[in-house]
Amino acid sequence: MLHILPADAHRHDALIRSPNIPDPDGFYEELIESQRLLTDEAAQLMNCKLILLLANHVGDRAVLTQALKAAGGAVK
Amino acid sequence: MMSTYTYPKYPYRISSEQEAGRLVRHPVVVIGAGPVGLTAALDFAARGIPTVVLDDNDTVSVGSRAVCYAKRPLEIWDRLGCGERMVERGISWRIGKVFFEDDLRYQFDLLPEPDHKMPAMINLQQYYLEEFMVEECARQPLVDLRWKHKLLSLQQHEDFATLVVETPDGVFSLEAQWVVACDGANSDTRKMVGAEFTGQAFQDRFLIADVVMKAHFPTERWFWFDPPFHRNQSVLLHRQADDVWRIDFQLGWDADPVEEKKPENIIPRVKAMLGPDAQFELEWASVYQFACRRIDRFRHGRVIFAGDAAHQVSPFGARGANSGVQDVDNLGWKLKLVLDGLAPETLVDTYHDERALAADDNIANSTRSTDFITPKSAMSRRFRNAVLELAQEHPFARPLVNSGRLSTPTPYLASSLNTPDEDAFAGLMAPGTACADAPVRVDGKDGWFLGLLGGGFTVVTFGEAPLGEVRAGGIAAPVLRIGIDAADAKGRLAERYDGADGTTYLIRPDQHVAARWRSFDPDKIQGAITRAIAA
Ligand SMILES: Cc1cc2nc3c(=O)[nH]c(=O)nc-3n(C[C@H](O)[C@H](O)[C@H](O)COP(=O)(O)OP(=O)(O)OC[C@H]3O[C@@H](n4cnc5c(N)ncnc54)[C@H](O)[C@@H]3O)c2cc1C
Repeated sequence: MLHILPADAHRHDALIRSPNIPDPDGFYEELIESQRLLTDEAAQLMNCKLILLLANHVGDRAVLTQALKAAGGAVK
Repeated sequence: MMSTYTYPKYPYRISSEQEAGRLVRHPVVVIGAGPVGLTAALDFAARGIPTVVLDDNDTVSVGSRAVCYAKRPLEIWDRLGCGERMVERGISWRIGKVFFEDDLRYQFDLLPEPDHKMPAMINLQQYYLEEFMVEECARQPLVDLRWKHKLLSLQQHEDFATLVVETPDGVFSLEAQWVVACDGANSDTRKMVGAEFTGQAFQDRFLIADVVMKAHFPTERWFWFDPPFHRNQSVLLHRQADDVWRIDFQLGWDADPVEEKKPENIIPRVKAMLGPDAQFELEWASVYQFACRRIDRFRHGRVIFAGDAAHQVSPFGARGANSGVQDVDNLGWKLKLVLDGLAPETLVDTYHDERALAADDNIANSTRSTDFITPKSAMSRRFRNAVLELAQEHPFARPLVNSGRLSTPTPYLASSLNTPDEDAFAGLMAPGTACADAPVRVDGKDGWFLGLLGGGFTVVTFGEAPLGEVRAGGIAAPVLRIGIDAADAKGRLAERYDGADGTTYLIRPDQHVAARWRSFDPDKIQGAITRAIAA
């Protein structure tokens, strides 16, 4: 499989904003599907866990701050 | 309720000045004989300042207050002659366990670094701590500790303050070149100078109970989030001396503090936690609302604030008394140099700079812990629970669990008293940092590095030195040669201070690094001393 990295994927100091998920429709389906049977409360808890797992995976503090901002958070 | 402890009653004595109706001006008067005022008295006396301490009461701290004391305050008390006794009487612990709902989610080990004289943490009831210090004060001729002396009012002048004090024999006045206000979170002195004391009070209540039991629990810190025996709230269990255990029950904002304090309401809570067969007796219980607040300026003219009078923190992380003790450790040597005319008065202002920074750091840490323990919104509670659920299986989540970050000293890295490094160093001992201890051997006897410091400025050098002391103005700093005057018994000094032949440190009287170089240069040392006294 040919996997072309976006231009900024190797820069650790910037949040990747260009498409980086090889299978966008498949991923989106899996995301929604993973919560289909959950109550709203359980889905919210799962979202929290997901954020924490992914944040740890990213690990870069500056990138995490940029992501909080990009998501509309009130970040100084 | 039963009692394992008999509160001492210290005798009131009329002072000679009140008896004679004489107005006396003292170099330093300390208001309040809590842990911070008592430490101040011992520190100031050790530095040669005759110190009067006024306390409106005649006993030690009553009931359940501070429990945990960290290494740095223990080192300070050790310098002042009571650290060993506290460690002996106290309970040393290392393991902490965190439970969520029914299960143990993870445990941590404080893993104290080896080869320090003092342990990472001990647990001891606040009344013992104060009792030991009161006894030590009695052995110090420069400490004049006066019970049943209540400060009523205070008037500031150019270079002294007048204090009006009430005793069982009536009201009298005395003067002080410096007043050190250690009169606690509700400080009267703070109101008398009109200082601001601002911050946030947390919308939550805690039942703090001391329970006597011969328990099967190990000597560990156990913290429960949302346990089955106390739903939706947190609980902390900690061991103290004399088979007394501290239990903190989070109650929520709606709890009625008067009702909750009644034994008939407390005992079922403890039974639910310990099981129906547990044999225990209640020793003391209080209900608290916690707050984080700080005074605007630590110095108001001739009045200087320390301890809870200057800053209040929620107890998660045990930062109250621990940080107050470090306040007076910072202040004593500065006051002494200023009183002796060896340093400008601006040196006292650096007390605010350094300790306000530490207070802000402590407040930030305990606010973060409080936000984890008492989430302020449904969403932040979900994040909290997500962290706790992930912690068991996924190691990454464990450092996010915050049931209190235990007190460590705040380094004064940006202090104007530091001489910035011009050479490269590895390790933690940057200028502004509290010195790490290490085992040494002096004249064939085992000892500790910190025991060789703290009388005044000290120059510590690895190997030979061209001088026996360095002088700057009226200050003489003796030179301590590692490898000659004191052997680096286990190599820890070289390791912790990144020491090689020629490496030279200037250490402040409060055992903090002021400057360091890769070679011994008397001019540079002199310059660094001058800088460290704000001259
Ligand atoms: C539940 C709880 C748990 C805690 N746990 C810890 C812990 O584990 N570790 C820790 O380090 N800290 C802990 N703390 C905080 C700790 O108890 C305080 O930080 C500490 O007591 C502050 O000491 P202080 O000397 O500044 O003030 P205080 O202990 O409040 O002493 C003030 C003194 O001033 C006297 N006084 C007041 N007004 C006057 C006046 N007008 N004239 C003369 N005298 C006066 C009072 O009688 C008192 O003796 C805890 C607190 C609580 C409530």
